[in-house]
Formats: sequence, structure tokens, C-alpha cells
Amino acid sequence: MSAPHDRGGLPTREPIDQTSHEWADWEHLVNALVGVLRRHDLINVDELRRGIEAMAPTEYESSSYYERWSASIEHILVEKGILSAEEITAATREIDAAWG
Amino acid sequence: MSDDHTHPGLQHHVPLSERAKRAVAIHRLLARKNIVGPDEVRETIDRARRRSPADGARVVARAWTDPTFKTRLMDDAPSAVFELGYRLSRDAGLAVIENTDRLHHLVVCTLCSCYPTSLLGQPPDWYKSFAYRQRAVVEPRAVMREFGLHVDEDVVVRVVDSTADLRYLVLPRRPSGSEGMPEAELAGLVTRDSMIGVGEARKPA
Repeated sequence: MSAPHDRGGLPTREPIDQTSHEWADWEHLVNALVGVLRRHDLINVDELRRGIEAMAPTEYESSSYYERWSASIEHILVEKGILSAEEITAATREIDAAWG
Repeated sequence: MSDDHTHPGLQHHVPLSERAKRAVAIHRLLARKNIVGPDEVRETIDRARRRSPADGARVVARAWTDPTFKTRLMDDAPSAVFELGYRLSRDAGLAVIENTDRLHHLVVCTLCSCYPTSLLGQPPDWYKSFAYRQRAVVEPRAVMREFGLHVDEDVVVRVVDSTADLRYLVLPRRPSGSEGMPEAELAGLVTRDSMIGVGEARKPA
């Protein structure tokens, strides 16, 4: 069985939705953050891909594009010991508290 | 500087998913630890916003008008576009593939979304969609028809699948009626879709 990212040739009759959504600020942030992490040699394109491709199929398919990038950034930074999952969770709850 | 200044105008009123919030949290932590500078992300966003298909269109128009540039472009695209001031990401190769009266190229990235962002800006949403990634390699003519492009049956359609190491820019056919037009006006005929292969360059008005 192929991994969830390997879409080429998977059967579908779905028409191609040609509308484009306006990026939310967090999507700009994630896109740029990867660029910054690449420049600092903290994550490269292959690592970003590996983090995305390591997602469980159900999560891969239900996540938006930049949610997949977010999952991958976390996976790689935690794997490298640059951040811990616990401190990311704590910082996320701070955001909840501040923004409600 | 408060923590919020490191975040480019995040819309507090928009409910964010857990994954979105975790990305914001990751950025905060990296900034707090001085692993990334306070303004780096904002500056990177601004730089990314300045890139657009107009850049790729300049490259195409130059190739249409300067045969020696075109030769260099087909032979070594990263060096040729550097002549026009475009520097590619260091880990991304670029190949230019030419559409002719007998051969039409269509670009997809079945595995994700690899795309020549240095020349075209961010890919459109449909380029990243499951439907496009799944169908382009199976029924390219049907996909192109959805974009309004009818490729004659006697024209060979070649689908190229991008990778993280090699991205593709289509050199579309120069439209008839554009003879003698200056390079800057020619660039105005070159659409994003024509450089992906789901469209053709516009005909001059």
C-alpha cells in the first residue's frame, strides 16, 4: 500500500476546484517559518517532506496544506531536540488563554 | 518589544485550528529562545509576497526574443535566470521545458506541491489539491479541458512530475500575431497557467 502523500493516479472523479482562498496570517507565518528554518539549517526540504509523509493517513487527509507543514515542523524540531512537545503544548495553551 | 510584535498581524478574531495554533506557538518559542530573530518571519513573508508569475513571464519573454538566452535557459535554467536577477533556493533545481506545435507539457507534483516559487510565487490552491495531483497523470487532457485548454489529438501530451530536487517551468508557445512586439509587452501575454501547462499564452489584443 502506498503512503498517503503518494496521490498520483489514485482514482477520483472530483473536478478540480480552481478557486483560491486568501491566506490566513498563520498560513503566511508557517510558509515563512519554514524558509527561516531552512536558512538557519534547522530543517531542510527533505526533512519537511519526511515529517509530512510520516503523518497518519487519516490526519494527512483531514489536514489542510499548512496544517501538514505545522505537523512536520513540530515533528522535526522535537526529533532534533530543538523544542519539546511539552513546551509547544504549554505555549499553545498560553495562546488559548490570551485569545480566548 | 512584546511577544506579539514577532507575529505578523495575526488575526485574533479568526478561530485557529490546533495545528495552526501550535505553529504560532513554535514560532513564539523559537523567537523567545533567540533561535530565530524577531523580524525574520515578517521579512520573509514580505519577500515571498513580492514574487509573482510576472517574474516567470519576464524569463519567458526574454527566451522568446533572445535565442542565445533561450539556449542557455534550456541548458542550465538556474544560471540563465540568475542573469535576470533571480536566485533559486539552494536546494531546488529548475528545468525549463518547451511547448511546441507537436508537444505539450503539463506540470504536476503528485507527492506534494513542488513548484518554481522563485519565478511564479506561491502555487495556486488547485495545484496542491488532491484532485489535481491524482488526475493530472491519468487524464491530462480531461484536466486541461477543465481549465479551458483543448490540446489537439495529434499533439503529444507529456506530464512531468516535480520533485523537491527538480521543479519545472513550461516555456509556452509564442502566440501568433506577437511578431515584433517589445519584450515587456510580450511578458504581458504570459500567464501563470501557461507556465504550468494548463493554459497557453494570450494572443495579442
